[in-house]
Amino acid sequence: MHKESAIREPLILGHKTYHQITEDVCKPIEDKAPRMWYILFSIAAIIGLYGVGCILYLLGTGIGTWGLNKTVGWAWDITNFVWWVGIGHAGTLISAVLLLFRQKWRMAINRSAEAMTIFAVFMAGLFPLIHMGRIWVAYWVLPLPNQFGSLWVNFNSPLLWDVFAISTYLSVSLVFWYIGLIPDFATIRDRVKKPVPKKMYSMLSFGWSGRAKHWNRFELVSLVLAGVATPLVFSVHSIVSFDFATSVIPGWHTTIFPPYFVAGAVFSGFAMVQTLMLVMRKAMKLEAYIHTKHVEYMNIVIMVTGSIVGTAYITELFISWYSGVEYEAYAFINRATGPYWWAYWAMMTCNVISPQLMWFKKLRRSLLFTFIISIVVNIGMWFERFVIIVTSVHRDYLPSSWSMFYPTHIDIGVFVGTIGLFFVFFLLFARFFPVLALNEVKTILKSSGESFKNDQAHSPAYSLADQHLAFKVTHHDDHSHGETATHVEAEKVDEPKSEAPTENQLDGKIDLLLAAIGKADESSKDDLKLLNGLGPAMETKLNEIGIYTFAQLAKMTKTEYDLLDELIDARGRAEKDDWAGQANDLMNNNEN
Amino acid sequence: MADTVIYAMYDDDDVLKEGAKKLVSKGVKVTEVFSPFPIHGIDPIIGIKNTRLGIMAFLYGITGLMLATIGMNFFMIQDWPMNIGGKPSFSYLENFLAFVPITFEFTVLCAAHGMAITYLLRNKTLPGMPAQNPDPRTTDDKFVMELRLSENHNFSAEQLEAMLKETGIVEIDQKEIK
Repeated sequence: MHKESAIREPLILGHKTYHQITEDVCKPIEDKAPRMWYILFSIAAIIGLYGVGCILYLLGTGIGTWGLNKTVGWAWDITNFVWWVGIGHAGTLISAVLLLFRQKWRMAINRSAEAMTIFAVFMAGLFPLIHMGRIWVAYWVLPLPNQFGSLWVNFNSPLLWDVFAISTYLSVSLVFWYIGLIPDFATIRDRVKKPVPKKMYSMLSFGWSGRAKHWNRFELVSLVLAGVATPLVFSVHSIVSFDFATSVIPGWHTTIFPPYFVAGAVFSGFAMVQTLMLVMRKAMKLEAYIHTKHVEYMNIVIMVTGSIVGTAYITELFISWYSGVEYEAYAFINRATGPYWWAYWAMMTCNVISPQLMWFKKLRRSLLFTFIISIVVNIGMWFERFVIIVTSVHRDYLPSSWSMFYPTHIDIGVFVGTIGLFFVFFLLFARFFPVLALNEVKTILKSSGESFKNDQAHSPAYSLADQHLAFKVTHHDDHSHGETATHVEAEKVDEPKSEAPTENQLDGKIDLLLAAIGKADESSKDDLKLLNGLGPAMETKLNEIGIYTFAQLAKMTKTEYDLLDELIDARGRAEKDDWAGQANDLMNNNEN
Repeated sequence: MADTVIYAMYDDDDVLKEGAKKLVSKGVKVTEVFSPFPIHGIDPIIGIKNTRLGIMAFLYGITGLMLATIGMNFFMIQDWPMNIGGKPSFSYLENFLAFVPITFEFTVLCAAHGMAITYLLRNKTLPGMPAQNPDPRTTDDKFVMELRLSENHNFSAEQLEAMLKETGIVEIDQKEIK
């Protein structure tokens, strides 16, 4: 087992068991969605639909509906493309690079960060596609045999490299994400009771059974995919930067671009992860898994990559002067003092100054401060791409053609629309998918769980002597399936006699309990197994002491829970899983 | 193929691992372990060999590398050499630097997808496959060890059960397969 230093902050707070982790993650999926979800989803869907409308109008009319002119031929479209691709870097970085570095804190955030990555890359991919204008010939970017005299695509062009890089990145991230999801879908499949979700999740889980050999393969596949995804992450944004760096435009053709773009991508990606995670952990009650320490770790990444980006900005500025190329120098003077000075200084403030505040421990452990900074960084990174793209081209070599870029409402609509669509996807993900990598989080419970670290919980949870069981064998034959099943029910015995309550005391307690919650008999029996955390063995025990119905369970309070613990050794499960509340819900459902 | 299968359930991964060790040392063959997450160190105990999927990934990667090289040599050098600023376009070696990004991407694409598909096929985990875990709780917090009588000729079902009971199980189930 992985050993971890005792002074290292625990990654899972409070006393959690394997079952509790499953409960915490699956509950929001199985319960009805809160009203807030519907409100947010509606807002996102309306904005997204508006964006789709704008895109359709653009496709029908042409990209003249954008504010481009003959000098500024690339503007918001490519800005948005690079911005979204950049955001799409955090997920794979977290799950792949941090897996290779064996960073355990990634486990709580990798699933949702990867989902974010995939949706962000969807949004990014939209922009080059609609920029083609005639989207129906988009397949021309692929090297397909054709009728134009075997004319192939240009493999020397970074724009074509982009096609391969983005599509490889998207599909590999998707596969990596899905392979991790399969066992967690299986967990949900084995829990849900309603037939339609059951069917859905069994399809999605591909019949995963958790065999030892399968886990062996699972771990290797995760490791190798992480190994190939790591250079992929770096290559994708390097190639995106080649779109600019291999050109001859002053301000673009700099060799610093690939590393600087990659650092910027990680920077903005982590900022977006922070924005989403800080809301999600609250909304889905996952504070025990994604807590201040995780936020702090991510803030440190933001601080480091932000510093790299800041260094790159200043290096770029210095080299433009040091190179002695006057066009290069002018491009940068124009950025800082020309008509787009406000964009340049917005970028400088948001990206260079704000991450430096993370040096203060108080600030980087403050959730509110982190949330604000994460938004600021996202805005700053959008401006970075805008500055690089528009300010480099709006004043070219011929002063008579100098111009400005003014976005049209279609420019704005498409950009805002992709933000809406992104949130539509992310909200659907948070609603129906396990947002925490269950199987991974469970592996670190014993090494990084708080109660295990401070010795409140023990591993194994009960000593072998405690677990030693006597067996009551009951045979039932079930020939209808051509199988003979012999069920053996396990029962705990051999409690030390001195501590064991006498028969009379027990009977007294049963009477006390039944007096509080009411009596019932076998004829009015409900299926108590419908409660989460209540299995067949526990049902039998409850029936033995005279609890048969939901109505009885619904009346239970703290006093009755304690009585129950003494009577049938429920280990506090009744209180933890809120049997009374659950029973109440079930009764209400039955009446409807 | 009549056989008796014994499923022993544990509620802790370390207890199961200790139990498996004990059983194997007595000469019992553990057929399978079902768990909600990978139990590190269980594979050598119950005699599961390391997977060779990594080798497959390497082979798929090599295939991708070769396909990309052959393809780009054909497209850009043989079939339709492009005149870009008069630069030499007749030799792969002199041009291959521009082909590195796509060659790399295609290698990764083939390695990742080839391995993922092989993984799903070898596991027989595909859309629509039925779940085979003996108890739904094995994907939550329970761990099940499977013993088969046909693989343990030296023992009777009763002997196996008696040995299992000494390893800290919480439930035990026996099934006849006809």
